[in-house]
Amino acid sequence: MGSGTSTRHHSAFQNAERTFKAAALIQRWYRRYVARLEMRRRCTWSIFQSIEYAGQQDQVKLHDFFSYLMDHFIPSSHNEREFLTRMFTEDRFTQDSEMEKCSDYESIEVPDSYTGPRLSFPLLPDHATALIEAFRLKQQLHARYVLNLLYETKKHLVQLPNINRVSTCYSEEITVCGDLHGQLDDLIFIFYKNGLPSPERSYVFNGDFVDRGKDSVEILMILFAFMLVYPKEFHLNRGNHEDHMVNLRYGFTKEVMNKYKIHGKEILRTLQDVFCWLPLATLIDEKVLILHGGVSDITDLELLDKIERNKIVSTMRCKTRQKSEKQMEEKGKANRKSSAQEPIPWFLPQSRSLPSSPLRLSSYKARKTNRSSSIPCGGCLDGRELSRQVRSSVELELERCRQQAGLLVTGQKEEPSRSASEADSEAGELQKPTQEEWRQVVDILWSDPMAQEGCKANTIRGGGCYFGPDVTQQLLQKYNLQFLIRSHECKPEGYEFCHNRKVLTIFSASNYYEVGSNRGAYVKLGPALTPHIVQYQANKVTNTLTMRQRISRVEESALRALREKLFAHSSDLLSEFKKHDADKVGLITLSDWAAAVESVLHLGLPWRMLRSQLVNSSADNMLEYKSWLKNLAKEQLSHENIQSSLLETLYRNRSNLETIFRIIDSDHSGFISLDEFRQTWKLLSSHMNIDITDDCICDLARSIDFNKDGHIDINEFLEAFRLVEKSCLEGDTSECPQATNAKDSGCNSPGAC
Amino acid sequence: MADEKDREEIIVAEFHKKIKEAFEVFDHESNNTVDVREIGTIIRSLGCCPTEGELHDLIAEVEEEEPTGYIRFEKFLPVMTEILLERRYRPIPEDVLLRAFEVLDSAKRGFLTRDELIKYMTEEGEPFSQEEMEEMLSAAIDPESNSIHYKDYITMMVIDEN
Repeated sequence: MGSGTSTRHHSAFQNAERTFKAAALIQRWYRRYVARLEMRRRCTWSIFQSIEYAGQQDQVKLHDFFSYLMDHFIPSSHNEREFLTRMFTEDRFTQDSEMEKCSDYESIEVPDSYTGPRLSFPLLPDHATALIEAFRLKQQLHARYVLNLLYETKKHLVQLPNINRVSTCYSEEITVCGDLHGQLDDLIFIFYKNGLPSPERSYVFNGDFVDRGKDSVEILMILFAFMLVYPKEFHLNRGNHEDHMVNLRYGFTKEVMNKYKIHGKEILRTLQDVFCWLPLATLIDEKVLILHGGVSDITDLELLDKIERNKIVSTMRCKTRQKSEKQMEEKGKANRKSSAQEPIPWFLPQSRSLPSSPLRLSSYKARKTNRSSSIPCGGCLDGRELSRQVRSSVELELERCRQQAGLLVTGQKEEPSRSASEADSEAGELQKPTQEEWRQVVDILWSDPMAQEGCKANTIRGGGCYFGPDVTQQLLQKYNLQFLIRSHECKPEGYEFCHNRKVLTIFSASNYYEVGSNRGAYVKLGPALTPHIVQYQANKVTNTLTMRQRISRVEESALRALREKLFAHSSDLLSEFKKHDADKVGLITLSDWAAAVESVLHLGLPWRMLRSQLVNSSADNMLEYKSWLKNLAKEQLSHENIQSSLLETLYRNRSNLETIFRIIDSDHSGFISLDEFRQTWKLLSSHMNIDITDDCICDLARSIDFNKDGHIDINEFLEAFRLVEKSCLEGDTSECPQATNAKDSGCNSPGAC
Repeated sequence: MADEKDREEIIVAEFHKKIKEAFEVFDHESNNTVDVREIGTIIRSLGCCPTEGELHDLIAEVEEEEPTGYIRFEKFLPVMTEILLERRYRPIPEDVLLRAFEVLDSAKRGFLTRDELIKYMTEEGEPFSQEEMEEMLSAAIDPESNSIHYKDYITMMVIDEN
């Protein structure tokens, strides 16, 4: 064509062009790959969050059930009364007195063989540091020291105001940490990276120290120890998980009972007190407000400053003053006589505050006040409506259930239970909070920020509000604040700003849902109170994984949880699928599948995006739904002789079941009797509309009574149906401590609550 | 004729649902808008594989007259539906991808060194950012040989996709 040179140029040019194009192609392909990974990551996150929050809703419903039971279930026969007594009472009942409790720890002997840390009071900084080291080496603090520490902690907390005011003049830096949820590794990491607490280094821990993770006890010990050692520099706020009712469900109660078989109960009761005395918020330089959940449009800091915060033992249920006064009028004297026999549920908030005067002691011996419930939702119309509906449906169910259960029906009218009103007449100890006071506290412990303006009930969690940027602005202006720091929500990066950077969410439990799911973070406030965020991920494994591997791993975990949830709703799904299959061919379109699944599960997930992971590719976009459901079941079934529908029911109610077990197991022995199991199941299944025959339950109960002695070991029961959190069982060998027993590993993932 | 129209309507309806789902994943404020920087992710996760340049043009199409940094669903939906109907920006088949690597591997060794990969990806085509480069290296490079055996790499990625 031309000279050699130009041919060379030409082919050189062609080469360059081809290289360019090849590179561009590879880049184009790679970018798409990354985008799809990102989408998977988001979907995975949605799965975990929606399941977690659905679980919290369940919790509220369950407590609605028990609350209602407490208020309105009049034993109409000897059988029922006995049952209630068994279910809700405990042996040690009569001999309790506050003073005995307090000095109880002194009578606990520590054997010479004990090699763990020993504490003496007043605590010194070395003690606190020694605790960290001991726990790092997996030692356990002896119950005596635990109780002693808790006792001292409470003495300290009682002196603190509801809103702790902190100044930066005295310490050079203040570090604020969010939820830890029993993840000791994260706490140790924070102290390692940021430095131990000291007069120059202040810390604020913003609630949710316990539940879900496996080292909640240890975290509390360390936090309380430092608080006693550096009272002016170390601050704790209460979170919604510092609440014994919530602990029943989310693992802390279980952890304590597993680690402290003899004194666990005692520890739990003392903790009830400690938790309700935790301050509600911390205010730095009158400029930065730190609280666990959020705020609402009625948040009133002056009111919060003044209330007796320990009145609110649990945010799950509360009898408020007006209602109880009314009942007192109604009941009159008649009930005081019979008060002595009425059992008070051990798991209800007991009025256990230190008597402020010795005179109170004597009246205290009589009866503890009972806080049976009214509405576990702060005055929002939705909540009340929901509660009313629950109540009426439960009432009907109870009636039906009584008949079914073959108990005598005496046709009594609904009235507040005797225990409730009789307790009111005792009201001596602690005045109950007003509805408004209670709501104020629930709001700051449970609320979440939202992008839209306004303030609406947080129906997803079942408590508190969603608050918009206008609510934040209003509050900041009203009290002349710069910004808000809160926690309560897990964030992929460990932190998140919103509302124009006026609200900072800080979350310190890394790998919360699953190894690799998220980072943890803490924030340091400098002299001008400008926030400086530090992120981390306390797991060596994640650092060696590629992004793809990390995402895959977390994704697998999420999908497993999701598939379990799908299985748990098999029957409902089947009927929904059938609706789309008018011609009864056994096939539905994938589009219909997505619609059906959403209408049953209500998780708000992008089902079409998830479809390829949940459904094997099908011919021309049609799904044989029956075999799909069968495959789901196959994955979950470990006992072929247990019918699938029963298992499905158990799965769906797993967390409720476990919570109920723990409530029945009032002496924390780890065993419940067959009878108790059957009775409770009957009540629950009526309430929840579960259709299981009596025979079926009996068979089931008998089959899990492995040694045929009439008692069911709770953990064995749950294990037998693989109802225990699985994450530690699957090859997560990295940081998971040798879980020879899945039951006491208490791993993080919330699973399908 | 009527049948075909019905079918097309069904297909379009299904596309609409898919697009909405993908869009909502990134609609953090639940107000039917997404950050413009996430549009690429959304489009790609719907099965398309545009170049950066094509993406840029697409964004111009769905942006507001005065760009706000946000894309509204109402504008995005029709454009995206059209793309899906026309099957634009189809993904790259495995063999084409392999050939691309082979072009870069002029000596036909079966691999590219780490440095070569970096050079090509950051200097040619539509260059990677540092972050993108590091991410690709972490998964692609075999630490012992410090190179990428692209055939194996492709196989691994493809399996992972499915």
